[in-house]
Amino acid sequence: MVDDLYQETILDHSKRPRNHHEMADANRRADGYNPLCGDRLKLYLKVENDVVKEASFEGAGCAISTASASLMTESLKGKTREEALRLIDKFHTLLTTDTPASKDLGKLVVFCGVRDYPARVKCATLAWHTLKSALNGTGEVATTE
Amino acid sequence: MSTPRSILETGFDVEKVREDFPVLKQTIHAKPLVYLDSAATAQKPFVVIDAIRKFHEVDCANIHRGVHELSQRSTAAYEETRGKAKRFLNARSRSEVIFVRGTTEGINLVASSWGRQNVSKGDEIIISAMEHHSNIVPWQMLCEEKDATLRVIPMNDRGELILEEYEKLLGPRTRLVAVGHVSNALGTINPVRTVIDMAHRVGALALIDGAQAAPHMKIDVGLLDADFYTFSGHKVFGPTGIGVLYGKAKLLDAMPPYQGGGDMIRTVTFEKTTYNEVPYKFEAGTPNIAGGIGMGAALDYVTNLGLDRIAAYEHELLVYGTQLLSRIPGLRMIGTAREKAAVLSFVIDGIHPHDIGTVLDRMGIAVRTGHHCAQPVMDWFGIPATTRASLAFYNTTSELDALADGLRKVKEVFG
Repeated sequence: MVDDLYQETILDHSKRPRNHHEMADANRRADGYNPLCGDRLKLYLKVENDVVKEASFEGAGCAISTASASLMTESLKGKTREEALRLIDKFHTLLTTDTPASKDLGKLVVFCGVRDYPARVKCATLAWHTLKSALNGTGEVATTE
Repeated sequence: MSTPRSILETGFDVEKVREDFPVLKQTIHAKPLVYLDSAATAQKPFVVIDAIRKFHEVDCANIHRGVHELSQRSTAAYEETRGKAKRFLNARSRSEVIFVRGTTEGINLVASSWGRQNVSKGDEIIISAMEHHSNIVPWQMLCEEKDATLRVIPMNDRGELILEEYEKLLGPRTRLVAVGHVSNALGTINPVRTVIDMAHRVGALALIDGAQAAPHMKIDVGLLDADFYTFSGHKVFGPTGIGVLYGKAKLLDAMPPYQGGGDMIRTVTFEKTTYNEVPYKFEAGTPNIAGGIGMGAALDYVTNLGLDRIAAYEHELLVYGTQLLSRIPGLRMIGTAREKAAVLSFVIDGIHPHDIGTVLDRMGIAVRTGHHCAQPVMDWFGIPATTRASLAFYNTTSELDALADGLRKVKEVFG
């Protein structure tokens, strides 16, 4: 019934989010806020020599936003800043268009079902807006609006 | 609230009533639609749809001043609604009924017109902790402009106003108290008669946001002694974009116009304009004529159905639904006031309202999830959002069964 949206991987990551903790020695941080549902998220990155060494997040949201943040932090490790920025675009394309998913997305393709639920796209993108803000170092609260 | 009686005793034929609402006869994702979002907007009966259609097909013309037949017909039909709204609210005079876009504009009109004239530095406006954003922000804007202070009546764990705390907030600088009759997020029916009396005792005025009360109970502005009372047409089974602001005649007479334009004037020269009498002084520009006519049909519809019968039947639904949901493990009702309208707002441990709403939607069940334009209420309860099932007289106990079944399915998916 809703299996196309809530795929097993998404449910798994929403119930047991990975990298779900504060990071004291992070050198990039950003806050994300979705004013539609009140969800808030804190993202921590440790970037060394232009490569994301570690990523973690705090905050609770719906299953889609939590799983998205969890899978995002997993997929960031080892990526350069440029690669991470490209991944943001690819993820956004996955959610908003019918074009075939990029192979670079890996496990993140489980979010392809979100495109059929327009009201939920912003849940999936909250973590990614926050990532962009952290990578660009603007320090502003990233919002989905 | 009326004395609870059984559904059988009230003789409320819900299946017959449902025949009046074409929108209810459809399937969503191959399941019969279960519409539980009437607090956001209520569905429209055929009589409302037909009245709007007839206006556009037969009587369409601009109102007031036209000498031709169509203009006279449309003016008569539009103005007839003013009389219906007067009776609906038990106002003393038609001139106390101002047409607005909805409750939000009704409140903004008072804040802007009465507020600018009567509130000054150091004055105080009192609202409550359970207000909709539309009964918070206009007063904040006024207070900011005038350097006045906004005070907030707190509530208890059930979502009831704490009147002892309200008493302490009242004082010689209190100019106006603005409180919702029924909370959209919690369902609480506030003791507005008492709230108004207490405001009057210190010489303050009282505005009641009746958006969530008008569809559910009989309103008598005379009995309440409300200075201002406002509601929206679309929540009382009429169209969107039209509503009513009631104000006591002597207050309205003394207030400056709200917006300038056509219809609100008596004479205009480049040197000086004189204004029309109330209520027209507050109604600049061509209004939502079709909406006004549709709202008139809606007020007739609920009046004929009987607001006491509606309240009694909805109370039965509320009791049934509350018991049903309380049996779901991990579900917590948000808003458990002793006096409550038919709103079931709740959270479920570990499951976000948006996920609940999406799964229910796939089962054809329409609920609202989020902060319900009452973020301070969510903050008070320490939650980001709730799931809200809000009922109307066209809902049935079997629809509440479907909701409970749907929530069990939600728990299966996310449990």
